[in-house]
Amino acid sequence: MFYNKERTFVMKELAMNLQNQESTKIVHRKSLKKGVKHRLGEFFIENIIKVLGVTAVVVVALIFIFLFQYGVKVFNDVSPAEFFFGRYWFPVSANPQYGILPIVAGSVMVTLGAIIISVPIGIGCAIYISEVANPKVKIYLKIIIEFLSAIPSVVLGFLGIIVLSNWVRIAFSLSSGFTVLTGSILVSLMAMPTIISISDDAISALPKEYKEASLALGATKWETIKNVLVPAASSGIIAAVMLGIGRAIGETMTVMMVTGNAAQIPTSFLMSGRTMTATIAAEMGDTVRNGTHYHALFAVGIVLLSMTTVINLIADRVLTKAKREGM
Amino acid sequence: MNKQRQEKMAFAVLTVLMLIVVVPTLLIIGFIFVKGIGAINWGFLTEMPRKGMTEGGIFPAIVGTLYLVIGTIAFALPLGIGSAIYLTEYAKHGRLYRFIRLSILNLAGVPSVVYGLFGLGLFVLFLGFGSSILAGALTLGCLILPITITSSEEALKSVPRSYREASLALGATKWQTIYKVVLPHAMPGILTGAILGIGRAAGETAPILLTVAAFFLPRLPKSLFDQAMALPYHLYIISTQVPNMPEEVKYGTALVLLGIVSIFFAIANIVRFKFRKLSNL
Repeated sequence: MFYNKERTFVMKELAMNLQNQESTKIVHRKSLKKGVKHRLGEFFIENIIKVLGVTAVVVVALIFIFLFQYGVKVFNDVSPAEFFFGRYWFPVSANPQYGILPIVAGSVMVTLGAIIISVPIGIGCAIYISEVANPKVKIYLKIIIEFLSAIPSVVLGFLGIIVLSNWVRIAFSLSSGFTVLTGSILVSLMAMPTIISISDDAISALPKEYKEASLALGATKWETIKNVLVPAASSGIIAAVMLGIGRAIGETMTVMMVTGNAAQIPTSFLMSGRTMTATIAAEMGDTVRNGTHYHALFAVGIVLLSMTTVINLIADRVLTKAKREGM
Repeated sequence: MNKQRQEKMAFAVLTVLMLIVVVPTLLIIGFIFVKGIGAINWGFLTEMPRKGMTEGGIFPAIVGTLYLVIGTIAFALPLGIGSAIYLTEYAKHGRLYRFIRLSILNLAGVPSVVYGLFGLGLFVLFLGFGSSILAGALTLGCLILPITITSSEEALKSVPRSYREASLALGATKWQTIYKVVLPHAMPGILTGAILGIGRAAGETAPILLTVAAFFLPRLPKSLFDQAMALPYHLYIISTQVPNMPEEVKYGTALVLLGIVSIFFAIANIVRFKFRKLSNL
């Protein structure tokens, strides 16, 4: 009823408008004024949006600026050779030494261990999810993997202290379970979701024809995966591994809680080690603001940031290449 | 025959690899739940900690985390949406576009402790906020920025082109089209990303350690410039720095933290699932 009423009203109005040319003119003029106002508003909003558009660039720039601003000051007190190639990190001793070699080695060892564990498992999982699992299971698996990446690192670190370190201690009959290996195992869990989801995307994005052609030629499903799909998705898988490395090298809390934090160059996975991330997080609270130690920690941050930036840029290159090749 | 056996073997290996990831994940959740549920009661959730945190509750840590998360999202969501609108609706695919893309990718790869250093340098010291909720929220906001931008962008891209064309053909301006047609349709996707970002922010420890950190503060923060306790940092402290901490309290804290993160995770997935269903219609 109401609808009908309204419609007749609108139709009447239209009819009147058609009859009375002048009234349409007034309406037109009104909308013109309105139009100008809209255009002004539009102008402001478009410019605001444009400014917001470069937020990410600004934040990246600020991160670099502020890290460098504090970080380079370390070279007033410590020579670059001493900083980069010094074998001892003893910032709080009577004769402080700021050589980052041991903590770089610690980061590299933990990351290496994590990658050795997570790459084969991660790629296997990606293949399983994209090619083997049935669609219903696939959804659950994806949710579980995503949840794994949502578990706070401090919770994993907590479990590492209470459970995993004991297992490692008993399994290798060590005096302490806080080793590089303990860190690597936990970090591998955190790098896994990145590796799995990006590899899975790379495999799933391949053209259907690849698979169909291979199967039509009489290859089994496994032969297709092994000889066609994985090689074709290799760029994407490599990028996934790179991003996994980036994730592993930047991991802080878990590593700080379980690797024992001895500032030594670890020569085995069963030794205690200290990473760059853990060094920053653990020591920043105790430093004197604007002291050498304080600046040294910012400089460690620069080293860390440079490493992850390079890794990410390479990963991006590989991914773009993969997409261009016809993913 | 041999081929078939090979395939079976390979699939069995793949299944085992999958289980190696899935089983520990479920075990971690189950273990924390079973061990922690005993510690959870009304007092634990709503009381101040007492006796060097070994007794009483974790109320200020929960409140601190909520404040941080609210501040984080209030900062990151508008920036994220604005940035995404620019990238999908306005930007030409030239050099600047490519540069912004690269920056977002780079941001996503910056280690959380480096965000902490950055927050310390910019918000705590340079802008003089001190160790405060504000400094922490802004730092965490930068940290989840890539998540909010990327998810908003994907949501905007998923709105069909024809919607925009129809709106423009009706005489709406570009901004009117975005505001009244594109954004409402992209909202579920944007929210999914925002909620996932909140979950991430709630669980981060390293940035908080450097920008908000209150070791033990048995009162509620009074303003944005106040220090605050936060759950992840609290868990770190009680599991590494406090001797003779009862196990139960640690598991309880871990469970509350995991619970909060799980709730955000669940909400995000529900929104996403509903959204998928709608867009399939």
